[in-house]
Amino acid sequence: MFGAIAGAWVRAGFTYRTSFVVLTSTGMILTFLDFAIILIMFSHLDALGGFTLTQIAVLYGLSGFAIGVADLLLGNAEMLGQRVRDGTLDQMLVRPVPALVQVAADRFALRRVGRVLQSGAVLGWGLSAAPIDWTPLRVLVLASALVCGSLIFASLFVLGGAFQVFAGDASEVANAFTYGGNTLTQYPLAIYPVEVVRAVTFIVPLAFVNWYPALYVLGVDDPFDLPAAFQVASPVVAALFVAVAALTWRTALRHYRSTGS
Amino acid sequence: MSASLYAGLASRGFRRYATYRSATLAGIFTNTVFGVIISYTYIALWVERPQLGGYGIAQALTFAWVAQALIMPVGLFGGGIVADYSERVRSGAVATDLQRPAPLLAVRLAEDLGRAAYALLTRGIAPMLVGALLFPLAWPSSVSTWLLFALSITLAVVIGFALRYLLGLLAFWIIDTSGPASMLVVLQIFASGSALPLVTFPGVLRRICELLPFRCLVQVPCDVLLREDTGTGSLPLIGLQLLWAAALLGLGALLTRAAVRTVVVQGG
Repeated sequence: MFGAIAGAWVRAGFTYRTSFVVLTSTGMILTFLDFAIILIMFSHLDALGGFTLTQIAVLYGLSGFAIGVADLLLGNAEMLGQRVRDGTLDQMLVRPVPALVQVAADRFALRRVGRVLQSGAVLGWGLSAAPIDWTPLRVLVLASALVCGSLIFASLFVLGGAFQVFAGDASEVANAFTYGGNTLTQYPLAIYPVEVVRAVTFIVPLAFVNWYPALYVLGVDDPFDLPAAFQVASPVVAALFVAVAALTWRTALRHYRSTGS
Repeated sequence: MSASLYAGLASRGFRRYATYRSATLAGIFTNTVFGVIISYTYIALWVERPQLGGYGIAQALTFAWVAQALIMPVGLFGGGIVADYSERVRSGAVATDLQRPAPLLAVRLAEDLGRAAYALLTRGIAPMLVGALLFPLAWPSSVSTWLLFALSITLAVVIGFALRYLLGLLAFWIIDTSGPASMLVVLQIFASGSALPLVTFPGVLRRICELLPFRCLVQVPCDVLLREDTGTGSLPLIGLQLLWAAALLGLGALLTRAAVRTVVVQGG
């Protein structure tokens, strides 16, 4: 079902072909600019927070890939407030397809794949250039980080959507956690105060998107001395967070009151 | 055309956005979160390289929060008039706009000044106060610096409007403007200095950015605010903003005339 709706939007996107190409490429440039900023910083530095450029490329790539996948599949949840305001969410609720699938596929924008590709390229470069002592377990942690990170960001998009059922206008709050979380995790957490690190470990589990798996893969000691088990705990945390998001989404829909128009 | 018409339009622009209080609060929250994140990245950079680009840590942090405050007033992320305009051209609503007995550019500018004033008073000032509580910022001591800063912000808002207005006019020639719109956002974010002060950019890149109008949106107002610490002359900077504002608005007026001649309203 997701495929059918998303496919229709992809074909619609191709109607203005030049626009599609320009949008996809500017999307890639826009996300690359984040990395350009880091490159400019490193024109003045050898290490930031104790991390070299190639190590930061790994952090950046993991975070960008994760939010890229989540944004491609669920980024449109941030437009849910609009549907609540004009009452078109009602139409979705009466159709025999789960509302979340419709919200996700609605206005599906293939051009968002740009961020995934760009982050993937930076990650690939970082992994090949950083000194890593590869073991089967490190490969496994890396692969699971790609999946779990995407799940954590996807859950944040769903939570943001659920929040808008109650506060239709306040969609931007979600941006602080999704895009803000992406910006925050592009840098080693070592540059932030310990309160921030605790918050993204125990409250909004952004640190499990890339920080803990990357510490394990790169073989770097945790500057905050939190339990080493955290470095391989991303799957558990992601599963828990997905459950929280699913429950919240259901609760939100149960309490949805239409505009009545 | 009387001044009261434009004052009325500006106040409508202000009130249009003031209606959505929870959206404003959400925006303040988001700007504050980003301000905090960016502050720590700047601290990490300036601790390693004190006096980079002539800024100390306090100046760099002030830059970070002023840049956050200016995002919405100068329209760094686009939206507003552009999204509005291509939709109006596509639907034919633009015909009504062109019949009004006031020049399109002046009407739109008045509305946008109202919008920007609201954005500055809310999403501009509130996060800055939080930033001032959390971090040591460098505030100027002389009144004249504050006055010049206010003038520089106003000009930044006008230049930001002119850029988006020109982009909006594109809708008369190419129906879907979302491609060029996202390109403008890229340029505005990067070449304005909002992501990282232009004073830290390496040679060639910095010189290119200094030739473009985008630095008038963020870097120039920040330079004016920090002039007591950095010793930058602010009058040439204000002059530069005036030149760009005049050039872009002039181009806007010219292209409006051309656009009106090309308009074909479809449907009935």
